[in-house]
Amino acid sequence: MKEISHRTSAFALIAALLCTAAAAEDRAGEGERELLRISTTTSLYDTLLLDEMEDIFEEMYDVDVRTVSGGTGIAIERAVKGDADLILVHDAERERKFIEDGYGLSRTCFAYNYFIIVGPEDDPAGITGLNASDAMRAIMVHGMDNPGEVKFVSRGDDSGTHAREKLLWNKAGFNYSEISTSGASWYVEAGQPMGQTLLMTSEMEAYTLCDTSTFAAFRSDLDLVPLIESDEFLINVYAAIPVSPTVYPETNCEMAKNFINFLVSDEGQDLIAEYGTETIGKPLFNPARGNCDIIGCSGDEGVIPLSDDVCSRALA
Amino acid sequence: MDEITAGLAKAVELILALDPAVVEITARSLAIAITSTTIAVGIAVPIGGLIHFHNFRGKRAVVNLIQTLYSLPTVTVGLVVFLLLSRSGPFGSLGLLFTPAGMVVGQTVLISPIMIGLTIAALSGVGPAVRDSALSLGASRFQAIQTIMGEAKAAMMAAVLLGFGRALSEVGVATMIGGNIRGHTRVLTTAIALETSRGEIELSMALGIILVSISLLVNLLVNRVQGNWWT
Repeated sequence: MKEISHRTSAFALIAALLCTAAAAEDRAGEGERELLRISTTTSLYDTLLLDEMEDIFEEMYDVDVRTVSGGTGIAIERAVKGDADLILVHDAERERKFIEDGYGLSRTCFAYNYFIIVGPEDDPAGITGLNASDAMRAIMVHGMDNPGEVKFVSRGDDSGTHAREKLLWNKAGFNYSEISTSGASWYVEAGQPMGQTLLMTSEMEAYTLCDTSTFAAFRSDLDLVPLIESDEFLINVYAAIPVSPTVYPETNCEMAKNFINFLVSDEGQDLIAEYGTETIGKPLFNPARGNCDIIGCSGDEGVIPLSDDVCSRALA
Repeated sequence: MDEITAGLAKAVELILALDPAVVEITARSLAIAITSTTIAVGIAVPIGGLIHFHNFRGKRAVVNLIQTLYSLPTVTVGLVVFLLLSRSGPFGSLGLLFTPAGMVVGQTVLISPIMIGLTIAALSGVGPAVRDSALSLGASRFQAIQTIMGEAKAAMMAAVLLGFGRALSEVGVATMIGGNIRGHTRVLTTAIALETSRGEIELSMALGIILVSISLLVNLLVNRVQGNWWT
């Protein structure tokens, strides 16, 4: 008898689990709302700014926005494979290539902030007060002399931040690939997202390049301080690109256009300008509005809405 | 779909060319997983044996607890061991964080419960008749245990292979404690995660195929050593 009751209760449990799963499935299928798939970079996603904007946008257009995040590499790759309608990333060079290759329609800058160079408070390489490229040079020189004391942790993952780091090495007069392949112990290639890279940098009492928003999010767990801020070479621009419907006809280009126009609208730009004030006391992003010259987004790339027929024109 | 065939081709290409980076990562993966598994065997066999051969209050509860730990998430193990090995943690002075040795610690913690549990299961699988007949033939208690261990050999080997497989394929501990540092703690699984995030889908597929191939080789080797090759 005992045996049977055991078995019955096991069956009951499994049946209950299956019912719950089925009910969850049902709810997801309800209503069949239109879908907008956004592929974005972690620095934008992790701050939850997008969550807030999504909620408002979903109300406005009765649409289901689904956002996936990753490094800029995979964020673009998803769109190349037809698994996204819109990308929000921060690597101008690869964004332009994405458009040239025919996958993207146009680039619209909507926000910016600054990369910062962070390091231990006692600053063993003495970079405080230098400009960004001199700071990188100082880290390298001290790192080579004394790799036990001075280290630089690189994202090493082809993300937008990694791309900027390469640019900074070149600006400082070094060849990035030589540094990367030298196997020197002062240069640590993490191959990880920003958050983990920051934790590693803090553990190693090293330096790294970081976006302000991720740093703000992790700051309380880190023994690191921002040492170089607001250098012109450290401007970090976020841009939106609708995926071209010519490659994948099922792409929801119209809704991607609507989202971009929401981002550049006064309401969207105000949201960006204020976001973070409540939680960390200062904004995490600056709106692109009015700053297009500083951030190098002239002409079509500026804060202007896309024309209504942008999708149909692409198909014509 | 093309990526899967392209990945297969790339895997063959990388193996044939003995790509130095891939060889290095593969060797490190193997070395760390084998070390963790060996240490875990050293922990699991005595503890599993102790639990199996003794009757004590709360034995069922202990076994249940061990079985529950089978589902320890790898990232959780990674996080806990990270906090222990961190500069500000209790074992920070050992300097094990972001080293292969630290990864071995984490993987050993991860796979030990499974191997203890399966050791108990393997020993339980040997019927009481074996012990009784050994004892009735005049074996000492120790000799009886030896006989039972011998009988359980095949099942124990399965436990070792499962532990090794989990150590080789896990990514949570390797990421959190190893840190995926190039030339130092990068292993196959963390390299796969990295290449995927880079959008290098083919290379990522290829590395996955290499990992599974190694697992196949190890299994064949173990079967061969056990003498039941191809059966």
